Amino acid sequence: MRRILSVLMENEPGALSRVVGLFSQRGYNIDTLTVAPTEDQTLSRLTMTTHGNDKVIEQITKHLHKLIDVVKVVDLTEGPHIERELMLVKVKANDSQRAEIKRCVDIFRGQIVDVNANAYTLQVVGNSDKLDAFVQAIGGVDILELVRSGVSGLARGEKSLRL
Amino acid sequence: MELLSGGDIVVRALKDAGVKQIWGYPGGAALHIYDALFQQQDVQHILVRHEQAAVHAADGHSRSTGEVGAVLVTSGPGATNAITGIATAYMDSIPMVVISGQVPRDKIGGDAFQETDMVGISRPIVKHSFLVKDASEIAGIIAKAFYIAGTGRPGPVVVDIPKDVTAPNYRVPYEYPDKIKIRSYQPTTKGHPGQIKRAIKILLAAKRPVIYSGGGVVLGNASSQLTELAKLLNIPVTNTLMGLGAFPGTDRQFLGMLGMHGTYEANAAMHHADVILAVGARFDDRVTNTPSKFCPSAKIIHIDVDPTSISKIVAIDIPIVGPCDAVLQEMLDQIESASAKPDEAAITEWWTQIDEWRDRHGIYTQPRHEPSAGNIIKPQDVIKTLYKVTGGDAYVTSDVGQHQMFAAQYYLFDKPRRWINSGGLGTMGFGLPAAMGVQLAHPDAVVACVTGEGSIQMCIQELSTCSQYGLPVKIINLNNQALGMVRQWQDMQYSSRYSSSLYEDSLPDFVKLAEAYGHVGIRVTHFDELEEKMAECFSLKDRVVFMDINVDRSEHVYPMHIAPNGSMRDMWLSKTERT
Repeated sequence: MRRILSVLMENEPGALSRVVGLFSQRGYNIDTLTVAPTEDQTLSRLTMTTHGNDKVIEQITKHLHKLIDVVKVVDLTEGPHIERELMLVKVKANDSQRAEIKRCVDIFRGQIVDVNANAYTLQVVGNSDKLDAFVQAIGGVDILELVRSGVSGLARGEKSLRL
Repeated sequence: MELLSGGDIVVRALKDAGVKQIWGYPGGAALHIYDALFQQQDVQHILVRHEQAAVHAADGHSRSTGEVGAVLVTSGPGATNAITGIATAYMDSIPMVVISGQVPRDKIGGDAFQETDMVGISRPIVKHSFLVKDASEIAGIIAKAFYIAGTGRPGPVVVDIPKDVTAPNYRVPYEYPDKIKIRSYQPTTKGHPGQIKRAIKILLAAKRPVIYSGGGVVLGNASSQLTELAKLLNIPVTNTLMGLGAFPGTDRQFLGMLGMHGTYEANAAMHHADVILAVGARFDDRVTNTPSKFCPSAKIIHIDVDPTSISKIVAIDIPIVGPCDAVLQEMLDQIESASAKPDEAAITEWWTQIDEWRDRHGIYTQPRHEPSAGNIIKPQDVIKTLYKVTGGDAYVTSDVGQHQMFAAQYYLFDKPRRWINSGGLGTMGFGLPAAMGVQLAHPDAVVACVTGEGSIQMCIQELSTCSQYGLPVKIINLNNQALGMVRQWQDMQYSSRYSSSLYEDSLPDFVKLAEAYGHVGIRVTHFDELEEKMAECFSLKDRVVFMDINVDRSEHVYPMHIAPNGSMRDMWLSKTERT
């Protein structure tokens, strides 16, 4: 089962390598990973999606907690939450395709963020399924490049992951 | 505030962390620190002959005292040589701080001479690690390193210090923190009272209970609470390889070690138990045999300071996360205040069953191996003789292999921290340097290193360190001229094809070798002379004695779990008998 784990950790060199190392060392999977400092410059927030049965996820969570640099861990998928991922796609866009691409981007509430004579760069934000659906929807055009940010997320309501 | 150089700060912080002895080996990147060590008396440095031995020696110090061990090595090969020792300590949760020199900051990443990414290389085998960036950080980091190493589930911590950070010309104010607080690290100090209450209820209702106690009881200084609880409820106790001595080995309630080479009665009792109280044990594959067949009718209570140990291998019914001593004490208190009693009739019946198992196949009710005679010396008899000659009260370190298992089976430890072996990683070469660490920490104690001709050659250079520092360890070499455990498996699983397990007359003359290092060598080839020569060995109190004992090379370690797909009770009892 797919899970989104959110990890608050010390913004120290080496902290990320310990998290990533834990996954490779113990044979766990990382599907997406994103990390950046928070409003408190001493803390980083790392969000990862992983999959595994309940036993595996429980072990992952406990092992993350055990890392000295990790302050808090929460499994966002345990409750209602918001998740977002950003995708940039550079597509071949000749005259005949431009209108169709634009329509498709509008339907997915995306934007065209760069234009030149032969290509568009598209930006779409949403949950991972929506991004997958967008890629399918523009299936007819040539994708030159595609990059996804990995999932970020927060729990809904007042629940928050903080010190 | 006093201004000190980085090198001086390292040494001063070690002193303030309570270090009296540090094991190590100098080299370029560590020279400023070594110069600082030279100019003071508080911290003694012991020069080993290989960095692996420095780590094992600090490990032996730690296991025998409970203190955090300390090691100092240089960058590059110094650091990588230390790795096996660090992994050994990590697998057995031994508290230790390893300080490694590093190339100067501006050279890091440039493939400088003797550069290696020590923090990276050691990452999977340390509890935590630090790369020091400035001299002003050293004292705080060393204090944190000792705190992290010694609290919670203990483990090794690496502190990597670039050479220029320790340079004598840069001085910063020295301040060792009074108190350590790390917001992301707060080890549990007590167990959940509700869980403890539930555990007691189940334990008291048990008809066939067993206490399965591991290295965590030794490390957590919970031996007295464990013994008290077992006595109070009259529950049989088995110890893991790492837990030997946590419950007195000569006590009637002790079933012996469990697991792959555990006793029949311990493994059978586990298999048939209805309640297992696991304390500071981690359901290692050398204990459980096939996990899906492990103790089919037991409810399992598991006390461990590390939550990741809970339900890792085997599903746990009542987990209790907390230090073993505090949790067991809380259990004792709750039982006392409730004046709760176990089911005495059922327990008596359980003991009758256990005694029947003991009589049937137990190794302590009668010898299960062939007797020694003439020039056939059985390795088991060597350990029994060692036990007799040392009055069962020696510190015994071991290497890895058959001799380790024989020592674990036949030297009955009545006290914790007396049995010192590499249980988790199984590191050959551990025994001698560990014995040095024990001996230096306990100068008047009797320290024996039970080893084999394979293992001893992995760190034999340390005989020289023993000379330099006057460490009169006694080496009991069970010489069967083969890698015994490898040979045993080759007998059992590879139709006796001894692939690279025989030495083919290439072994050194260990007696002469010992003498070359200035020590005493004693060879034993006949059983009649074993006890007398062993007594002579231990009468030479101030000397290192190397006893080279020719033991029967065809001997196997039994009992032994039948694997794969066996349960706890499925065992080979000899080469031909099985359960």
